[in-house]
Amino acid sequence: MTATVPAQAALALGDDALVLSHRLGEWAGHAPVLEEEVALANIALDLLGQARLLLSQVGDEDELAYLREERAFRNLQLVEQPNGDFAHTIARQLYFSTYQDLMYGELASGDGEFAPVAAKAVKEVDYHRDHAEQWTLRLGDGTEESHGRMQRACEALWRFTGEMFQPVPGVDLDWAGLEARWTASVTSVLGRATLTVPEGPRTGAWAAGAGRQGLHTEPFGRMLAEMQHLHRSHPGASW
Amino acid sequence: MVTATAPTPLETELRRLAGSVPDPELPVLSLEELGVLRAVHVEGPGRVRVELTPTYTGCPAVEAMSSDIERVLHDHGMEHVSVVRVLSPAWSTDDISAEGRRKLAEFGIAPPRPHSIDGPVALTLSVRCPHCGSTDTELLSRFSSTACKALRRCVSCREPFDHFKEL
Repeated sequence: MTATVPAQAALALGDDALVLSHRLGEWAGHAPVLEEEVALANIALDLLGQARLLLSQVGDEDELAYLREERAFRNLQLVEQPNGDFAHTIARQLYFSTYQDLMYGELASGDGEFAPVAAKAVKEVDYHRDHAEQWTLRLGDGTEESHGRMQRACEALWRFTGEMFQPVPGVDLDWAGLEARWTASVTSVLGRATLTVPEGPRTGAWAAGAGRQGLHTEPFGRMLAEMQHLHRSHPGASW
Repeated sequence: MVTATAPTPLETELRRLAGSVPDPELPVLSLEELGVLRAVHVEGPGRVRVELTPTYTGCPAVEAMSSDIERVLHDHGMEHVSVVRVLSPAWSTDDISAEGRRKLAEFGIAPPRPHSIDGPVALTLSVRCPHCGSTDTELLSRFSSTACKALRRCVSCREPFDHFKEL
């Protein structure tokens, strides 16, 4: 890599990918069908690859992943939300993969420090977004039960979507344009899925900030405990 | 475009050796056919640098590829072999050679379709069954045994098969 990426920005984007990768990995052994188990694990693997690319430019990737405290992580609160039922996972995927796809698409077409990583990642994320959109359509326009669950999931996660468009220093983007395109895309998918775009606030009531400032939700601490305990219990172990 | 010096006979030979290493997950393909080998530079006596690009960012095969290249070039008398990962320009399935595509089909994996000049491949374009040749095939899952493949089924012969999906 020729240009070095701004560390705080790489941390933010890298932590998004790392944390969501771990959450998706939790589906292993629990997914509704085998194909879906494989799909979620593949998406998790792509995200882990992106996380490694980004975090290894900031420092030692293992130390960053396994030895940081909760407050040092800069990921969005959206990606740390528990998997919930399958609809919750798909709603989280829809919101996040649309964001990541639009963001990486714009970064890839520029000539900034993130262009090489973005050009690589956007091709993978295209598939993640497609996967989420297809499932949103099937669940939303499916049975009464699946429709109801998908609608509840979209609403439950809606308040975590505002944070995505808070500018990340060091990431040169048209953030307002990103938000407009994200809203248009998600509105269109939800409409085709016979779902209603949630009306509630897009952010919590906390003025102090959110994930990008290191403020996380309660489930994140428990996720980190599980993710880090092996490394912390056996520092430097190898096999 | 940076002016590159023409490869020396030694570099050509080392590239041939590195390029002939089989892909760890798709051993019918060599790294040269897969299109992931970007450059081989001899930097001094017994010292060589190999540039490798990953297919997918999270592809776990990259580490095996690197150590296989190191071993092959080491056996050829190169004492110091460094394999570095390069990202740009990003790898595309268009980088798979014609011979590589033929081998994939022979191995029972439908090869990726070529990209149009700009934009993604239309999903309506059919993928041919590598077993019976029928174009009447259906998508079972966009994600299959590895990140680079999708799972399809042939409607004519009913066999499921992997499709190296376009990237």
